[in-house]
Amino acid sequence: MTSSEFSSSSSSSSSSPSDRRIGALLRHLTAATDSDNLSSVYASPTSGVSGGSVFAHLVQAPEDPILGVTVAYNKDPSPVKLNLGVGAYRTEEGKPLVLNVVRKAEQQLINDRTRIKEYLPIVGLVEFNKLSAKLILGADSPAIRENRVTTVECLSGTGSLRVGGEFLAKHYHQKTIYITQPTWGNHPKIFTLAGLTVKTYRYYDPSTRGLNFQGLIEDLGAATPGSIVLLHACAHNPTGVDPTIQQWEQIRQLMRSKGLMPFFDSAYQGFASGSLDTDAKPIRMFVADGGECLVAQSYAKNMGLYGERVGALSIVCKSSDVAGKVESQLKLVIRPMYSSPPIHGASIVAVILRDRNLFNEWTLELKAMADRIISMRKQLFEALRARGTPGDWSHIIKQIGMFTFTGLNPAQVSYMTKEYHIYMTSDGRISMAGLSSKTVPHLADAIHAVATKAV
Amino acid sequence: MAMAMMIRNAAASRRAMTPISGDFGGGLRSMSSWWKSVEPAPKDPILGVTEAFLADPSPDKVNVGVGAYRDDNGKPVVLDCVREAERRLAGSTFMEYLPMGGSAKMVDLTLKLAYGDDSEFIKDKRIAAIQTLSGTGACRLFADFQKRFCPGSQIYIPVPTWSNHHNIWRDAEVPQKTYHYYHPETKGLDFSALMDDVKNAPDGSFFLLHACAHNPTGVDPTEEQWREISQLFKAKGHFAFFDMAYQGFASGDPARDAKSIRIFLEDGHHIGISQSYAKNMGLYGQRVGCLSVLCEDAKQAVSVKSQLQQLARPMYSNPPLHGAQLVSTILEDPELKSLWLKEVKVMADRIIGMRTTLRESLEKLGSPLSWEHVTKQIGMFCYSGLTPEQVDRLTSEYHIYMTRNGRISMAGVTTGNVGYLANAIHEVTKSS
Repeated sequence: MTSSEFSSSSSSSSSSPSDRRIGALLRHLTAATDSDNLSSVYASPTSGVSGGSVFAHLVQAPEDPILGVTVAYNKDPSPVKLNLGVGAYRTEEGKPLVLNVVRKAEQQLINDRTRIKEYLPIVGLVEFNKLSAKLILGADSPAIRENRVTTVECLSGTGSLRVGGEFLAKHYHQKTIYITQPTWGNHPKIFTLAGLTVKTYRYYDPSTRGLNFQGLIEDLGAATPGSIVLLHACAHNPTGVDPTIQQWEQIRQLMRSKGLMPFFDSAYQGFASGSLDTDAKPIRMFVADGGECLVAQSYAKNMGLYGERVGALSIVCKSSDVAGKVESQLKLVIRPMYSSPPIHGASIVAVILRDRNLFNEWTLELKAMADRIISMRKQLFEALRARGTPGDWSHIIKQIGMFTFTGLNPAQVSYMTKEYHIYMTSDGRISMAGLSSKTVPHLADAIHAVATKAV
Repeated sequence: MAMAMMIRNAAASRRAMTPISGDFGGGLRSMSSWWKSVEPAPKDPILGVTEAFLADPSPDKVNVGVGAYRDDNGKPVVLDCVREAERRLAGSTFMEYLPMGGSAKMVDLTLKLAYGDDSEFIKDKRIAAIQTLSGTGACRLFADFQKRFCPGSQIYIPVPTWSNHHNIWRDAEVPQKTYHYYHPETKGLDFSALMDDVKNAPDGSFFLLHACAHNPTGVDPTEEQWREISQLFKAKGHFAFFDMAYQGFASGDPARDAKSIRIFLEDGHHIGISQSYAKNMGLYGQRVGCLSVLCEDAKQAVSVKSQLQQLARPMYSNPPLHGAQLVSTILEDPELKSLWLKEVKVMADRIIGMRTTLRESLEKLGSPLSWEHVTKQIGMFCYSGLTPEQVDRLTSEYHIYMTRNGRISMAGVTTGNVGYLANAIHEVTKSS
């Protein structure tokens, strides 16, 4: 092959551009594309000398399993397509929702001409941090009163988990974190890249579509003392299955007895039950016993601030002295990652949380979103009952939060996508937020179809 | 029943373990903290300066520490083009997640600034690029990417450099080496030592270059020197990673400030670039930037971009929306873009003016030292040559705040404080 066969539009001083392109193609086509398969191929030093790329050996990473669903959905031309993939709230009309309080807060910010766009401190917007801690721990929390909590603004839930994970990997004596089986797909990647070893503990029971409490207690009981345990504060993602308060109490006692470090992921406060305090109860139970814990908060869903990446990491410590030192070390994690967090979203949250009227208005809008989701659960359950769909579908109304773990297998999911243009993650997780009264029948038909066929 | 037994057993085994004492179920107050061995971290050398400045009650205090632009009244500036963009964005109904790679529109507009409006590389889709958390985020993602895909490689970093560069590549676990850059005697570029280091590095090494307005020295290679550096890089097969945080801010002309990059592109290098809008659009707190990697072809660019996204996802999932929208709004509207270019030039010109005034003031005071470097250096910073002890005196006696390496942020100098500053510098240096 001669290089003239290829368009010479790109400047290339490499010796054999055609060979290099074919090589790259072959590697792409034949290599395993497991995203966790770190390439051990060293860049050939000569590739740079002859002008080729030092990254020529890369293969394309697979689509993110969750975000990739929306990519596929967008490509589908069908008029009846339904996106039940990513967990972003939709109205009854299937539209994204910007909360009224958010609009008002934004307007307030724009009207204030004294506002500037300077760097935030590394820890972020201080007022936002204080208000966030109060929101999750309770305004009367003894830990806050005693100044034992350090809170840093982070990039939504993901960023809070990552910063917390890196802090633990650097400063905590146990480098193993236990995550639920199953869990949000991004959790293992976050903690692995943070430098922790990831193990799992049993959580979901496919036979009951509920909590495998026995398995959970056994696995945490067998964990090396001091290990970190990731807990979903409420509205477990992807299953929607939460422990009862009694079960939480038992989990707390077991964990404290083994010195297991609780790391709460709170992405749905207020969104699950409609009550901010109810959804924070498990966290507050742990804090009330005087022990230490980490909490990652996200405002993506409960304030609809998805794209602005607003969140907070709080570390509850034994003393204010320790909290001060912990904060200083958190700064060393953040600085080389992105220097300081973005100002816009945190400013919006601060405006809302500090104003009594806006705060109250927010709680009403939050309850409305939670209620609509609960209503969708009821409607879907009723629709399946009306069709006489075989099987027990009560988990749809027992599970809580944005997601339902339907219990459908990948083959069934695939069928529903192909035949009914319904998009969800292959683990059978559906986002209830993506449903409306109009589309429930379509989904019920699809579930009925796969439940009655041998798919 | 089984549960009660399990809990009793757990309690028994717990009592057998040493570090835990105290009442199980209630009073964990007697347990010591898991964090008691955590050392208090040192303050960030740059951001710690502003913290100290804010805590100072003196009415004479001057902050020439962190590199954030100030107008001639010493006030932070929100550019008019930014205010207008914000006005247009108000009431937006879009707050959904951006893709992992960020706003495609913002990225396209940003690539044009670095690579040129008519860049063939953009047309041929050869650039893998994603929106990042300003310049820091771009450098960090590149460092993580370098670690993952060229695991045996090191990064050559100039001496001196922005202190956070060391933190970034260290946290990415990429070993660091240094190369000569600043010449203390001339307060200019140590070009021959730089070229020696480039030559002596193993073939195919990774180098961090400041595209323009070197931080902290303000010392840039000349165009001719850049050409020589590029040629030597070619002979050695080195990888050039450009940190461009000050495009437009250095000379007032974005195209001119990108010259070093354009030279490398002409010479056929496959470079990487970190771009930031913190200074040149005054969007500091929004955290808007872009990381790009020039690839051999479009297919490779798709692969590289997908892998960059894999690194972003477990760090923050997707980047923030607002700042990207501001950038897009400004750059896609010819009138707003033109306004922005004017405002960037105003900022750059004010700084160039302050350099002249500061130098002249020091010379008028009869300083025994040469202050030529104040006007030779370019960009936001002046590497004054002050020693840490002299800097400490400036702070304790004159309430003037700067980093201890003697770096002065010229953006903090105003017609109102330049006399006070010159006098203080003269006082602490006149006996040297």
